[in-house]
Amino acid sequence: MEKFDAIVVGAGPSGNAAAYTLAKAGLSVIQIERGEYPGSKNVQGAILYSDALEKIIPEFRDEAPLERHIIEQRMWVLDDDSYIGTNYRSDAFNKAPYNRYTILRAQFDKWFSEKVSQAGALVICETTVTDLIMDGNRVVGVRTDRENGDLFADVVILADGVNSLLAKKAGFHPELNPGDVALAVKEILFLPQETLESRFNVKEGEGVVIEMIGKITQGMMGTGFLYTNNESITIGVGCMLSDFKETRMSPYLLLEKMKAHPAIAPMIEGGEMKEYTAHLIPEGGLKAMPQIYGDGWMIVGDSGMFVNAVHREGSNLAMTTGRLAAETVISLKAAGKEMTSPNLSVYRAKLDDSFVMKDLIKYKDMPGVFHANRQFFTTYPELVNKAAHTMLTVDGVDKKTKEREIFKSFTRSRSLAGLVGDAYKMWRALR
Amino acid sequence: MNVNVEEKLFQNRYKVDHGRPHINIIDPVVCTSECKTQQCTSVCPANCYKAEGNGSISLITDGCLECGTCRIICDDFKNVAWEYPRGGYGILFKFG
Repeated sequence: MEKFDAIVVGAGPSGNAAAYTLAKAGLSVIQIERGEYPGSKNVQGAILYSDALEKIIPEFRDEAPLERHIIEQRMWVLDDDSYIGTNYRSDAFNKAPYNRYTILRAQFDKWFSEKVSQAGALVICETTVTDLIMDGNRVVGVRTDRENGDLFADVVILADGVNSLLAKKAGFHPELNPGDVALAVKEILFLPQETLESRFNVKEGEGVVIEMIGKITQGMMGTGFLYTNNESITIGVGCMLSDFKETRMSPYLLLEKMKAHPAIAPMIEGGEMKEYTAHLIPEGGLKAMPQIYGDGWMIVGDSGMFVNAVHREGSNLAMTTGRLAAETVISLKAAGKEMTSPNLSVYRAKLDDSFVMKDLIKYKDMPGVFHANRQFFTTYPELVNKAAHTMLTVDGVDKKTKEREIFKSFTRSRSLAGLVGDAYKMWRALR
Repeated sequence: MNVNVEEKLFQNRYKVDHGRPHINIIDPVVCTSECKTQQCTSVCPANCYKAEGNGSISLITDGCLECGTCRIICDDFKNVAWEYPRGGYGILFKFG
């Protein structure tokens, strides 16, 4: 019976980062992916943050299928037929090496997986891992849906995504709570490159990101987004599953209404829809994080809740957790140590030292604050839009009177104590 | 606003594992007589769950996007048995 140094379950960003790092260090690695090819089961917005990948494959920019580097970030707060927002655009983002890119995950993951194979890992597709093989409390391998499909290794790295059925079956973590995951749906709309570039005021290779909050989520806790790719736009909306459950809102209806918003419709007009996807995002943060290592196993990426929902970051946390898990295994191997829970706790220490845990700790209260304070998704977007409308409408009313009217509209909706309280809550949750 | 999600799903690529649905309703009676809200019939992004006239729910997984929503929002009854499709089957994203 052949035994590997490591088994990696899943070929998304975290699994690929782990498998690549392990294989490059000369360890024997087998990676199992259930899709027809790596990427065929994977969904993301998608923004690739260079830093996390650069630490794994420094020369990635020369090879990876990248769409546009982002030079402008727009933040929109929407009312029913208006938005108020901020833009940040800088030529500093237009100088190589670029900080972030839009990508199409099906293509990007395929490329990353080729790098994994070239590094010497054995990548097996069209194979679903059905169970972990245990010896007492210790994970010693995986069972797959192939005939004679049992595989054994010193350590199993679970990079099996947000649903992480394996970790649940093994009792490593409980079922996801509807309040800890967001459901996002999106479409990819194709447009001629020139149309897209003139519409978004960019040149070839340059891209724009629009993040949206407000009435588009119909009172639910969530956000919308629009990303520019080479010849397509990705547009989507995501809200907490607990809110979907309660409101029984149809996600595709939500998306269609967002697409019909008078500020959004002209940007996507004429786009040819070529794919519709849905995906869960683990947004529970630190408080919802499961145990991430044990005897013979580690969890990386989405399956470990490694998402910074406030900053819309996930793939960078995925790649970083995958890399740090791999580096933990490599150093234990080199020291001739076993993959026991106490030894693998080095993984947690490495995470604590990195931006991953520092950011998750910083924002640990955010999910709770947003769950308990829906006014941030409803009342405030409405108020600031109405305020802008009042100030920008020239109708013979003096500006002092307009200011008083706006102040009154805020205190009417939230009361003075409410406004101060909201500001305090946000400050506490964000500091 | 009326939205036909089947038109959206038609753009997607699938390899359907005929006769082997990867999701099953554990006890259909629970859906009919105990679950008053039947949120799966409106929240599933691929509209796989349909409310029938007699109060029951039918499930056809051919258009499933494999997101996991139905399993998690059925937390009151835990009546959804959810597995990944066999290797190579199910949704095959072209762009992701």
